[in-house]
Amino acid sequence: MYAFDFEKPTTVADAVAALADDEAQPLSGGQTLIPTLKQRLAMPSKLVSLTGIPEMQGVCKNDAGEVCIGGATPHAVVAAEAAAHYPALAALASNIGDPAVRNRGTIGGSVANNDPAACYPSAVLASGATVVTNNREIAADDYFDGLFMTALEEGEIITEVRFPVPQAANYQKFVQPASRFALVGVFVAKFADGVRVAVTGASNDGVFRWTEAEEALSANFSPDAINGLTVDAGDMIGDLHGTPEYRAHLVGVMTKRAVAAAS
Amino acid sequence: MPKDSGIGAASKRREDVRFLTGTGNYTDDINVYGQTYVYFLRSDVAHGRINNIDTSAAAAMEGVVGIFTGADFEGIGGLPCGWQVTDRFGEAMQEPAHPVLAQGKVRHVGDPIAAVVAESLQQARDAAEAIEVDIEELPAVVDMKAALEEGSAKVHDDLTSNLCYDWGFVEDNKAAVDEAIKNAAHVTTLELVNNRLVANPMEPRVAVGEYNRSNDESTLYTTSQNPHVIRLLMGAFVLGIPEHKLRVVAPDVGGGFGTKIFHYAEEAFVTFAARKLNRPVKWTASRSEAFMSDAHGRDHVTKIELALDADNNFTALRTETYANMGAYLSTFAPSVPTWLHGTLMAGNYKTPLIYVNVKAVFTNTVPVDAYRGAGRPEATYQLERVVDKAARELGVDPIALRRQNFISEFPYATPVAVEYDTGDYFATMDKLEEIADLAGFEARRKESEAKGMLRGLGVNCYIEACGIAPSNLVGQLGARAGLYDAATVRVNATGSISVMVGAHSHGQGHETAFPQVVADMLGIDESMIEIVHGDSSKIPFGMGTYGSRSLAVCGSAMVKATEKIIKKAKKIASHLLEASEGDIELKDGQFTVAGTDKSVAWGDVTLAAYVPHNYPLEDIEPGLEETAFYDPSNFTYPSGAYCCEVELDPETGRVTIERFAAADDFGNVVNPMIVEGQVHGGIGQGIGQALLENCVYDSEGQLLSASYMDYAMPRAEDVPFYVVDHSCATPCTHNPLGVKGCGEAGAIGSPPSVVNAVIDAIQSSGKKDVTHIDMPLSPQRVWAAMQG
Repeated sequence: MYAFDFEKPTTVADAVAALADDEAQPLSGGQTLIPTLKQRLAMPSKLVSLTGIPEMQGVCKNDAGEVCIGGATPHAVVAAEAAAHYPALAALASNIGDPAVRNRGTIGGSVANNDPAACYPSAVLASGATVVTNNREIAADDYFDGLFMTALEEGEIITEVRFPVPQAANYQKFVQPASRFALVGVFVAKFADGVRVAVTGASNDGVFRWTEAEEALSANFSPDAINGLTVDAGDMIGDLHGTPEYRAHLVGVMTKRAVAAAS
Repeated sequence: MPKDSGIGAASKRREDVRFLTGTGNYTDDINVYGQTYVYFLRSDVAHGRINNIDTSAAAAMEGVVGIFTGADFEGIGGLPCGWQVTDRFGEAMQEPAHPVLAQGKVRHVGDPIAAVVAESLQQARDAAEAIEVDIEELPAVVDMKAALEEGSAKVHDDLTSNLCYDWGFVEDNKAAVDEAIKNAAHVTTLELVNNRLVANPMEPRVAVGEYNRSNDESTLYTTSQNPHVIRLLMGAFVLGIPEHKLRVVAPDVGGGFGTKIFHYAEEAFVTFAARKLNRPVKWTASRSEAFMSDAHGRDHVTKIELALDADNNFTALRTETYANMGAYLSTFAPSVPTWLHGTLMAGNYKTPLIYVNVKAVFTNTVPVDAYRGAGRPEATYQLERVVDKAARELGVDPIALRRQNFISEFPYATPVAVEYDTGDYFATMDKLEEIADLAGFEARRKESEAKGMLRGLGVNCYIEACGIAPSNLVGQLGARAGLYDAATVRVNATGSISVMVGAHSHGQGHETAFPQVVADMLGIDESMIEIVHGDSSKIPFGMGTYGSRSLAVCGSAMVKATEKIIKKAKKIASHLLEASEGDIELKDGQFTVAGTDKSVAWGDVTLAAYVPHNYPLEDIEPGLEETAFYDPSNFTYPSGAYCCEVELDPETGRVTIERFAAADDFGNVVNPMIVEGQVHGGIGQGIGQALLENCVYDSEGQLLSASYMDYAMPRAEDVPFYVVDHSCATPCTHNPLGVKGCGEAGAIGSPPSVVNAVIDAIQSSGKKDVTHIDMPLSPQRVWAAMQG
């Protein structure tokens, strides 16, 4: 890596101030950023750690019944502390990467990075969660904006993610054999007013809602409701580990399995 | 009853104490006073002409001690190839130069262009980024068949083509084989790819070069399986340093799997630069560098045809293989698809006529060389796949077809020039059927099907030629080195023993197993014996560890040296006991006069050898130290039968291995626990090749699987609990221990059974037209095959 300055503020306000410098970059769990730096693919002047800010840590439930997760909360903490409130979300967190990744990587880091094969974006989108930053609240439907792209502005920090808790939910991940990221991951969430289905890993445009499946499942929440539905392979990623056709097929299979597991 | 010490005991691996407590001494742990660091600027294009390299800005940067390019190595030797293959027409293979740093052209992604030596690695890396390289990109040669077409770009401009050699074996059999195939009652044909692999030892390669101006001695610390081979190749062929001025040390090495046999440019560079700069120079590979600079393995494209008569007897076998050499010839690359592959094509079967054709091809990819099994996995895979396919085509039981064609009498001279000394293929197959519980398979298949899964069973046999090998034979076959080994047994005055061995231990457990042998011969405690290896200044000139040879070859040398020790010790004892030498017996560390209660202990004799106050100085020299060199008369031939049971998810194509059984014949076994560990590790690597691992280049010669994000290594959850057995032992007939070697068996024997099992699972669903899928059998490949 190249040399950089390092700050570890203890308040969101201090972090925002520190990030005002040119070429300053936030560092959360570092599970993507540190390997990037080691390969000299980025040259920030300053890294601002977000992991020393108490108000960005932990899992709780608010008065509206939402599960609120601090932006710098590691996956392992979500896996343990969200289990009673939102089991499907906790299960997703417990299966990201390996123990080292889960103890360093954070929900805010993952959602801010928006890797097209990351797990968390599917939970955020399928749950209709709210991404809370230092200066606004962003609905999930307005947040994700294609591969590695989000509604976040330069210097904006995810302080919290608020998840409405569905009646039933499940996440099914089919892993890419090498990286163990999602080759295809499908998060299904059933709410009183309908079902939301979010797909990660598969699309050239990053995480997306499969609206056809949502409509079918809202009418009939059973695996059979998916029969005959397909996503367009033309929009899917093709790489060493899966052709677009294979990914399109897996979207259907994983959706059915998620519904079966959630039912 | 299992023994608790000596030969046959499951002694705990003493070296593991330091490995598991973080006190091992690996090459990267070695830091020398005044050390500098080198960073290699490597090509990011597969093929290009170097028009200019401007190092002036880089040279002026802070901390830079020296910058080297190919020009600095003009007039200095290139990396040598240790094996010359003669082609079908009697001509020597085409052998290109392999400069330490690229000269004129770059030939693969990762080819080193320049080396920056600086006070810190950071500074070296910064300066490397300031080097301006003008490279004119050329069309990349990637596909082997296209590489041989008229008009293809050439990897080496001074060679006539991209063909290294066109080898035929046995050329005199060709017409008879062609005729037999033409007239056969049935011919089964299979075209397949043996996928390119990256060895990925846990420890990446490291090299530290040091020069001592006071005595003109160079020292290289390196991650090697064979320090003396490196001393020989680098000293004699690259840098021109005589042996007595060059010391090569390979300390603890974290896994080799073949890829640390070879002499690499980085080793030569640090030794050369340390001398030039009069500063120690250290290089530690990053994992990314390992992917593009460690020799890769396998990468064969093969068509195999098996002919059978009307009674299902194998009558002839013909193969045509394209073998990728990569951009340069790595140290033993030419031998792998030829003498380590063609000679094994008989397998366990009495096929009378065999012809093997191999075209070795240069491409703009990382050089390919031996990887665990080296040639023998490629032979086993194609043979055991085609036999399985034949059984399916003929509607006969694949095990019965194998049994019908087994070699049953030994010694057996194959039609491909080797003579199997011993074996019992029926016994290992019987054992396999028992330990794999074949009888219970149908019930297990029904259980899987009830869950919506498919279940398949795959079986295969294997034979390998190990204990590499007779020097006079390999010399005739083109080896440019001897392949004996050596051991010195140094008995100290108090009776403890240091055994200096030419073999190198990088995971094999020599430090535990070798003392078991000496302890058994002398009747003393294993803890009194220590193995010394890996330092050319301490050990006799041996040839190192590869080809499952350590115990069979170096262990035999150690036995011979220990026999000399016993002979001399008995002479000393007879003097002390005032008895005739012929009456002295050695048992449990005591020398006794036969038929009497007169005895002296091991320690009394060893002390007398070094404090020779009462000693037959007129007859024998003082001291107790003996060296033996051992060159075997034949290869050893471990064999066995493996069984894999898979479950397949038809909706996703995902395969999981549910059961795996291995019945091996390794001859005699010194430490059964270590042997089982070797088999487990080998099968794990075989499963990796069969289901996960794949090194892929795109058409531009860019390495797509250049990190663990895309290169899938097997993990603990990918492998089952193994059932292994080595009780069907037919001892090797020609080495004193009767051992055959066990290091490569698992990697050789496992891929075909995995693939056979997957095909069985798919066909059980009625899809009989799926007869083959190329490795790795990834979910998408299996799913795609099932859609067809």
